Amino acid sequence: MARPCAVIGTGQTDYRKKLDLTLDGLVRWAAIEALEDAGMTFADVDAIVIGKAPDALEGVVMPELSLADGLGAVGKPIHRVHTAGSVGAATAITGATMVESGRYDRVLVVCYEKQSEGNATWALSGGKSGGQGAGGTFAPWIRSYIERSGAPEDIGWKVAVKDRQNALRNPHAHLRIKDISIEKVRDSPMLWDPLHFLESCPSSDGAAAIVLASEDVARKSPGKPAWVIAHAKRTEFGQFPGRDAVRPQAGVDCSAALYKEAGITDPRGQIDCAEIYVPFSWYEPMWLEGLLLTPINEGWHMTDNGDTEITGSFPVNASGGVLSSNPIGASGLIRCLEAANQVRERAGDYQVDGARVALGHAYGGAAQYFAMWIVSSDLQPAYR
Amino acid sequence: MTDHSRDVAIVAVSQTPAYEAFAGPEPVLIMRCVNDLLARTGLERHDIDFTLAGSCDYLSGAPFAFVMNIDGVGAWPPVYESHVEMDGAWALFEAWIRLQLGDIDVALVIGSGRSSPGNNREIFALQGDPYLTAPLGLDPASLAGIQARALLDADLATEADFAAVVERSWKAAADNPNAMVRRSDSADQLLDQPYYAAPLRAHDVAPVADGAAALLMVAGDRARELCERPAWIQGIEHRIESHHPGFRDLTDSPSTRSAAEKVGGGGTFDVAELMVAHSHEEIILRRALGLGDDTVVNPSGGPLGGHPVMATGLVRVIEVASRIADGSAQRGLAHASSGACLQQNLICVLQGDD
Repeated sequence: MARPCAVIGTGQTDYRKKLDLTLDGLVRWAAIEALEDAGMTFADVDAIVIGKAPDALEGVVMPELSLADGLGAVGKPIHRVHTAGSVGAATAITGATMVESGRYDRVLVVCYEKQSEGNATWALSGGKSGGQGAGGTFAPWIRSYIERSGAPEDIGWKVAVKDRQNALRNPHAHLRIKDISIEKVRDSPMLWDPLHFLESCPSSDGAAAIVLASEDVARKSPGKPAWVIAHAKRTEFGQFPGRDAVRPQAGVDCSAALYKEAGITDPRGQIDCAEIYVPFSWYEPMWLEGLLLTPINEGWHMTDNGDTEITGSFPVNASGGVLSSNPIGASGLIRCLEAANQVRERAGDYQVDGARVALGHAYGGAAQYFAMWIVSSDLQPAYR
Repeated sequence: MTDHSRDVAIVAVSQTPAYEAFAGPEPVLIMRCVNDLLARTGLERHDIDFTLAGSCDYLSGAPFAFVMNIDGVGAWPPVYESHVEMDGAWALFEAWIRLQLGDIDVALVIGSGRSSPGNNREIFALQGDPYLTAPLGLDPASLAGIQARALLDADLATEADFAAVVERSWKAAADNPNAMVRRSDSADQLLDQPYYAAPLRAHDVAPVADGAAALLMVAGDRARELCERPAWIQGIEHRIESHHPGFRDLTDSPSTRSAAEKVGGGGTFDVAELMVAHSHEEIILRRALGLGDDTVVNPSGGPLGGHPVMATGLVRVIEVASRIADGSAQRGLAHASSGACLQQNLICVLQGDD
């Protein structure tokens, strides 16, 4: 049977362009910080899991091989996950599974991307075959959501402003736009209608790391553990006739499976805050619906009402989210890590008051890969 | 760390032939294997609880090539699955870990690759450290030559030993319908060939192929219901060594030995399938694993008979499981490797019912 697993350490680089660091330097920065947080060194680690988006983003094939020394993996297992944009969360889940299986007591999970060493938009556009890129893929679905839900045009701008304001509280954030405003977002260049430049995520460098541990180890760790209460993954085809790309069934199924495993019956009431993968502004209301937190076509009301602000009734992306930092392969892990830091009361200036149960979420591909987890300050969450 | 593993067995296996160049897309290779597995077991797609696939985007030259591969599995209604950018043997490792949680019972494991669109020697040179070695174009075959030279210099092997490995592997491959190489040169004839990456000759390097392999892994009593003679996974583990050849003793494979020790790799094996991508590696692996003459090594011919990159390691597991299923072996060891000079190694020990 599965045994408990907890996040006992977290580490992050900042997510600004880093021409002065190698890939080794980048991942070691995050890994060492996470290990120090957990009161450990590389010698204590039983196994390492590494995740990132396509190898082509930096042009390094199977980078676990060249990063093995830097991550202290020599003589140990190092495992490599790749599930498109959801990879960071999928990697966290693989790490949790390794602890829950009873096989390993201390697992180091590291994810990264260094977009300054490659051309992510080229890669995301299908490489030599050419293509529309991520924004070009998602924009028509966003337009479709606006038409279906009747949401006013400024919802996307509001998300963009809220997440960039949150980012000003987060020292790791890539974008720090002090004079961010609705007008500034609205007046920024149109990239993929209806998405303006400031409604899109940046191209970031960075690494994130967490230390996952068994219950025995977690109870002896110096900080407060974030218990992994449940996790789920689902995948569907990227296109087929009749597919609802605005509300992909895989995301809905994944959410339902996640809440069932966690024993959550009222996600909006029982979860205190969420870190949701929002690379383009409108994905906040879309995923609020996809995550079953609000009825269909009503997600935008939560944004409009200020519910998703850091002081709102359901804070979303208090860290500033993907809109403020997007080292692609790490972004899903950052969502899971920030959720853990909230329940560990380690979120600093963007700490959500009273956060005891938090959701980490990521998606990838043509909105077809989903990976999520629920973490809590309590091994037996109070809502049960 | 606990050693109370849940009993999990391989109940059905499938592989495509190793093709020099398969004309269709990679998902077709996968779909053939998946359909074959379902036909053998009578299971339907919805009976599969979890799927784990291993492949390499770079082989197809497309950054998200693995996304297309899901077409060969089926993902509607949505499925629970994941992907490793590693040989399918590592997908097996993660799927085995997942089944240990006890809530699901049936896992599909896949390894696949189509190397024919590209040049593997150029692609895998990009495995090197991106600042120091990759810009030199140092590729796995050249590094394998350095490793083979280290064996010669240490008097642990001769070039004739390399040729003997190839001769024996090709002889075995002649009986393997999935093998690509159909040659029967003697060791003496092989030694007359010119060098390719000295002291290795072209035939010492496993011929790259397109192909896929897949298996179904099932927990507990359900395994016995689905299969007359399941191949029980006694243990599976992997280890990595330093990336820098200068930091390593290239004549040894301590990561192989350590992984084998972790999974109870002692005792005798009726059969061992080793991922010998270069002939000299068999000599290193045999020593590291302490394999004696009572163990039949690479009865399939091994990768030297055909190397469907990203499936090759999983094929080793499949070849051992097949021999346990048909009763010709009781206990076997499968080995998979990644990186230059055997940098990373996985060991899986399989056992039949008594």
